[in-house]
Amino acid sequence: MIDRDRGIAFTFDGRTYEGYPGDTLASALLAQGVHLMGRSFKYHRPRGVMAAGVEEPNALVGVGTGGRFEPNTRATDLFIYEGLKAVSQNRWPSLGLDIGAANSLIARFIPAGFYYKTFIGPPWLWKIYEHVIRQAAGLGAAPNAAEADAFEHRAAFCDVLVVGSGPAGLAAALAASEAGARVILAEQDIRLGGALLRDPATLDGLSALDWIAEAEARLKTLGARILTRTTAMGYYDHNQLTLIERRVEAGQTPGPGGLAQRLWRVRAGKVVIAAGASERPVLFSNNDRPGVMLAQAARSYRRRFGVLPGRRAIIATNNDDAYRTALDLAEAGAEIVAILDSRPLADSPICQAARAKFRAHLDARLVAALGSKRVNGATAVVAGRTISVEGDLIAVSGGFTPLVHLHMQAGGALDWNDAGGAFTPGAGRQGQISAGAAARREGLSEVLADGARAGGEAASALGFRSGTAREAPIAATAFDAPHHTLARFETAPGVNLKTAFVDTQNDVTAADIDLAWREGYRSVEHLKRYTTLGMATDQGKSSNILGLARLAAAEGRTVPEVGLTTFRPPFTPVTLGALAGEATGADMAPLRRTPLFSVHAALSPPWQPVGYWQRPRAYPRPGESLAAAGLREALCVRQSVGMTDISTLGKFEIVGPDAAAFLARICATPVAKLAVGRGRYTFMLREDGMVVDDGTLWRLDEHRYLLTSSTGGADRMPALLSYVRHILDPGLKVAFASVQERWGAVAVAGPGAAAVVRSLGLEPPAHMGLTRGSVDAGQVLVLAASYSGERAFEIYAPAHELTDLWRRLDTAITSEGGTTYGLEALELLRIEKGHIETGAEIDGRRTPGDLDLQRMLRGKGGYVGAPALARPALTDPQRLRFVGLEAVSGAPIPEGAMLLTKAAGRPHGHVTSAGLRLDGSGAGIALSLLKAGPERLGETLIAASPSRGRNVLVRVVSPVFHDPEGTRYRE
Amino acid sequence: MPGAMKGYSALALLKGGFNGHKSWPRAWRAPEPKAFYDVVIVGGGGHGLATAYYLAKVHGVRRVAVLEKSWIGGGNTGRNTTIVRSNYRLPQMQTFLELSLKLWEGLSQELNYNLMFSQRGALLLGHSDSDMTRLAELGDSLLTNGIDAKRLSREQVARLVPLLDMSPDARFPVHGGLIQPRGGTARHDAVAWGYARAADALGVDVIQNCEVTGIDIQGGKTVGVQTTKGAIGADRVAICVAGDSSTVAAMAGLRLPIESHMLQAFVSEPVKPMINTVIMSRSIHCYISQSDKGEIVLGGDPDLYPSYSKRGIPMRIEEVAGQAIGLVPALSRLRMLRCWSGVTDMSFDGAPIIGKTPVENLYLNGGWCYGGFKATPGSGFVYAHTLATGAPHPANAPFGLERFASGATIDEAASGPQPQSR
Amino acid sequence: MFLIACPHCGPRSQAEFVYERAEEAVAYPDGTPQETLAALYTRANPRDFAWELWRHAYGCRGWIRMRRHRTTHEIAEIEAVGARL
Repeated sequence: MIDRDRGIAFTFDGRTYEGYPGDTLASALLAQGVHLMGRSFKYHRPRGVMAAGVEEPNALVGVGTGGRFEPNTRATDLFIYEGLKAVSQNRWPSLGLDIGAANSLIARFIPAGFYYKTFIGPPWLWKIYEHVIRQAAGLGAAPNAAEADAFEHRAAFCDVLVVGSGPAGLAAALAASEAGARVILAEQDIRLGGALLRDPATLDGLSALDWIAEAEARLKTLGARILTRTTAMGYYDHNQLTLIERRVEAGQTPGPGGLAQRLWRVRAGKVVIAAGASERPVLFSNNDRPGVMLAQAARSYRRRFGVLPGRRAIIATNNDDAYRTALDLAEAGAEIVAILDSRPLADSPICQAARAKFRAHLDARLVAALGSKRVNGATAVVAGRTISVEGDLIAVSGGFTPLVHLHMQAGGALDWNDAGGAFTPGAGRQGQISAGAAARREGLSEVLADGARAGGEAASALGFRSGTAREAPIAATAFDAPHHTLARFETAPGVNLKTAFVDTQNDVTAADIDLAWREGYRSVEHLKRYTTLGMATDQGKSSNILGLARLAAAEGRTVPEVGLTTFRPPFTPVTLGALAGEATGADMAPLRRTPLFSVHAALSPPWQPVGYWQRPRAYPRPGESLAAAGLREALCVRQSVGMTDISTLGKFEIVGPDAAAFLARICATPVAKLAVGRGRYTFMLREDGMVVDDGTLWRLDEHRYLLTSSTGGADRMPALLSYVRHILDPGLKVAFASVQERWGAVAVAGPGAAAVVRSLGLEPPAHMGLTRGSVDAGQVLVLAASYSGERAFEIYAPAHELTDLWRRLDTAITSEGGTTYGLEALELLRIEKGHIETGAEIDGRRTPGDLDLQRMLRGKGGYVGAPALARPALTDPQRLRFVGLEAVSGAPIPEGAMLLTKAAGRPHGHVTSAGLRLDGSGAGIALSLLKAGPERLGETLIAASPSRGRNVLVRVVSPVFHDPEGTRYRE
Repeated sequence: MPGAMKGYSALALLKGGFNGHKSWPRAWRAPEPKAFYDVVIVGGGGHGLATAYYLAKVHGVRRVAVLEKSWIGGGNTGRNTTIVRSNYRLPQMQTFLELSLKLWEGLSQELNYNLMFSQRGALLLGHSDSDMTRLAELGDSLLTNGIDAKRLSREQVARLVPLLDMSPDARFPVHGGLIQPRGGTARHDAVAWGYARAADALGVDVIQNCEVTGIDIQGGKTVGVQTTKGAIGADRVAICVAGDSSTVAAMAGLRLPIESHMLQAFVSEPVKPMINTVIMSRSIHCYISQSDKGEIVLGGDPDLYPSYSKRGIPMRIEEVAGQAIGLVPALSRLRMLRCWSGVTDMSFDGAPIIGKTPVENLYLNGGWCYGGFKATPGSGFVYAHTLATGAPHPANAPFGLERFASGATIDEAASGPQPQSR
Repeated sequence: MFLIACPHCGPRSQAEFVYERAEEAVAYPDGTPQETLAALYTRANPRDFAWELWRHAYGCRGWIRMRRHRTTHEIAEIEAVGARL
């Protein structure tokens, strides 16, 4: 399975090596005799490769450079490519000579949770400690560059999703496909086959590799979608799974399109979980040394990758499967120094075959590995007697842990198999069916049959005819039998518990678990959290059961009584880039543009984000500041005329004979008496009685209304309208639609506004009246409403015709000596006129009374929010209420400043909107919310902004500064 | 009788090193429940344990039991993003959370347990001039109420978090920020353990695997609880089970202004230090910090539908990942290692409920939404005061259950009578 | 993510829907203050099945009444409510 015709050059810690296509970084390095690949988290102990797949805890490297750098990448799950650059982690100055290894020397003083017991000094001292701890913690280097490549999301649907393409997965996929189900097969490896790539077999008369190829071809013919290098990371509600497809390896440059990874959101009818099982390590002293390897991994390296991981192998096992490793390694020329079998009895054919060739001990358990950067032997107890053996490889098998992660994520229960020392899938809750080794099936024929059964069951449960289901493949393999695991979790006598690692990456030893238990951290979750057991990047895949078993033994209870920590997504760690997909950076959130966006953009105005919208703040002339431009534009509106884009306002059309009754629910103001062709100011309440938005209501026809709201309100209003329509009053004959984007709108304001409207050939309506007309054959609606305090009109036109209208208006305005204006001027005009605004004075916590809107409330009630207004705290005169402020000195008032009665006092309120007089004085004015505000007119307060270092004396005044008689907008 | 608390210190650790750490006692005992207590606290999370501690420490009420149905600290205490701050806008929240923050500041020493309380600052980003004005308002409000806050320029933010995307073309460009320097993070599990150990040393019975199945009420008065370990009598029963408040309150016939929603959070694989403060943004609802272990800790909006499942929707996590990368582009190749969710007690104004219930001698502490962790010491402190004296502490007086009927809601997010996203 | 069988559109992803409120939480504008406060500020909030109102906000915009288990997320019953679309 390794293509030796072509070499691949890569570097590890700056040194160049050669490997071959099909190699993982781990296999390529092992082939080069490199066993030391990493350092552990806490003690910086030298670490080699323990596994051959995703469960690897030790051999973690940083891969790639710049925007492709991925720290903490498992060398066993990284297929090499030309130019691969890998570096070891958590060591200084080098992997071979690591100063941090000094931590090993003080290991006795820093057991589990040591940091909870020390560094309890004054806070400033902890700051210093923490700095040191943080530098020492963390595994890989932090990335420091922006993403170089692309990620995308895709959705897919299938009848049967099969996770894993080992013998069970392939048999399941074939059975389901043959029955007619649409199948997706996801395999995290680069090729299909799973355990078949490790163990030779004949299936249906073909070699394993030929059979896999034929199965793959058949599945494709039947229309199955096969995704390799794709991990099922999470099983969510209602049979939705997330798959992560790696299009390139970590650090590798993708092809055209630049796609690095793809996230699949798959909704399946049934899910066959054929994820396999992972082998467990064994607890003994220095069980973390390079050269200690899982027995199946050793076989993988030999069979699949053509690397002999050691010349003189010691095999330690509690099951039959590791004997196969002995036979395989021997076949490749390794010496099997000893087989140490912890069982009292082992008489399966495979054990007998191995015993005939090698020295095999029963009731034999490892005590210690010898050697530091590479093992050179081991000690063991055999039936109470200690023996020493030499060897450069210790292949261990502590039994098998079915990968029940997805089953559990889907809400499935677990059963416990005591002999195997394993949790197995119990009752499912969604559409999951576990098969093969994931369901603790052992022996190839059994696994194949189970896979075929699961695939057939999945298809028939969905209504596909199982009669057409295909027979399970017929296997022929030397040892087609269960493993006869006899799990024994207690350590052998003589094991130094301080170097017997349960969780190798996080350096959690058997002694740490015992300490945690002694101190009372006895729930499985306390144990995990106190010792960090199972919290490393391998997520406890190999350590979990060992830790639980030790805890259970201490408690005198069984493992299932002690319980298991919950498995949650992801099955293996997933890049944030893949999770985000396209929805990041510039596409993190939508950007909304008004129909006049390009007209504005041509003038390069400074923009103001308003929700997802962008609105021009002003149109500065060359060299003019934003503030000066805003002031100029506002003065121009007061003195002649201006126009501004108000397309973002919320606009709703309400139609039907019951439209008025419907609106009476929405609006807290009188609705019924509004005449056709007239409009009025209105506001809406939330159900708790707080003002939520304001706008204008227009009666276009007998049964047709237009309701406007603020820009922000446009996103809230549909839910309210829909709620009233469907839940509160479903019987009303009424329909509504948001026409926010259907209609664009331009406001024309100022003493010259009427002339501008006339110049378009339109008759300017009286204040709060409306007219319909056309401009250049385009239909327009003209509403006479004023936000600025001047005579003003809102001209509505279909969004696609708005640009033409704007240009016509621009010409007319210019000839009147007017200007376009932006939000700054809009604000200055609004504040001087004392109009409240959603997001400023309407802050979501104000009653109509607070905002001086009491007199406009509809007396009879019946609107949303009316009943809640009766609550006593809502009529408390000490509430924050709406008033105006003017600066005593005329200086600008800082917006957001607190209102104090004395310098060091607590706030009585705050400045909600700050502006200037446009009467030529330029004096600072503001709108505010002040405790008992209207009762305090004339009082002098401090508008204090300590965050900006500004204090301004202000006087409480009426909020209407401009034209309090309201004559100008009626002219 | 409770044993004397053995002091934790570097010296004690050194001694332990020479005896194989064999002499460390249990951090807290495992007592069987007694027949009667002055106060039974239902719920062994950080808040319940803190309440027990302050009852014993401040008020001398030592016949106290904390009943935990599972393992202490296993609810939202152990499921949050560990952020501690008091930079809220409403004065009621400020007063209460600042009381809490002040307690945090001496808590490791007080409990003789390193909570790794790390005042690395809580930074709110501003993405426009108007954001900056709103942040100034928040800062002004904090400073005039005696709480620390500092306005930061764009350049100051860039220096503080060098990996932030400072491009002016960013979707949410960074204009500056407001930092609460005394804000930061703490080790969440340690808070539960530290309070449990200290309360235990004062005689409090911390009883795990003891689920309350009923509340005994006689003549309108609460007289005790039924549990899986039998009946336990009590003068006062204190509910403190945020996430499950409705379930326990229902045992006394109460219906609360609470819905239970999921909030998810996740951490990346550990890397060397890259983010040295807590980053939050009001436009982008995600928050980012880095744990002392090196994991990037991320959270965002809740799932916004009622659920007790502790299984969140993947969409939310994907959204938070996108937002986090949008803020800190170098996060793209970090990998999500663990993801979890907690059941949050979403109250209907976004503020907690701490005080009496309509049932005599039955008290409620809940409705924490997703802001409970930072409040742990303060919550315990004022709840203990309320339980010991029968009247609220000034800091929790505004947080009574009656505020919904009176209209004096504390609506920090200003989004009304619904479970709120912010 | 849930698969919600919209009575109008068929099975659709939860991403298209908005949870609006528990059915018990409907407050009528003509209700008494007591009724309103009960609807706004008290909930049964059970751990098992409850009737809820959802809206197909990013689909047909219709309202749905469903009985959903709040721990397993099983949707046992679902029907359209409100005005005819």
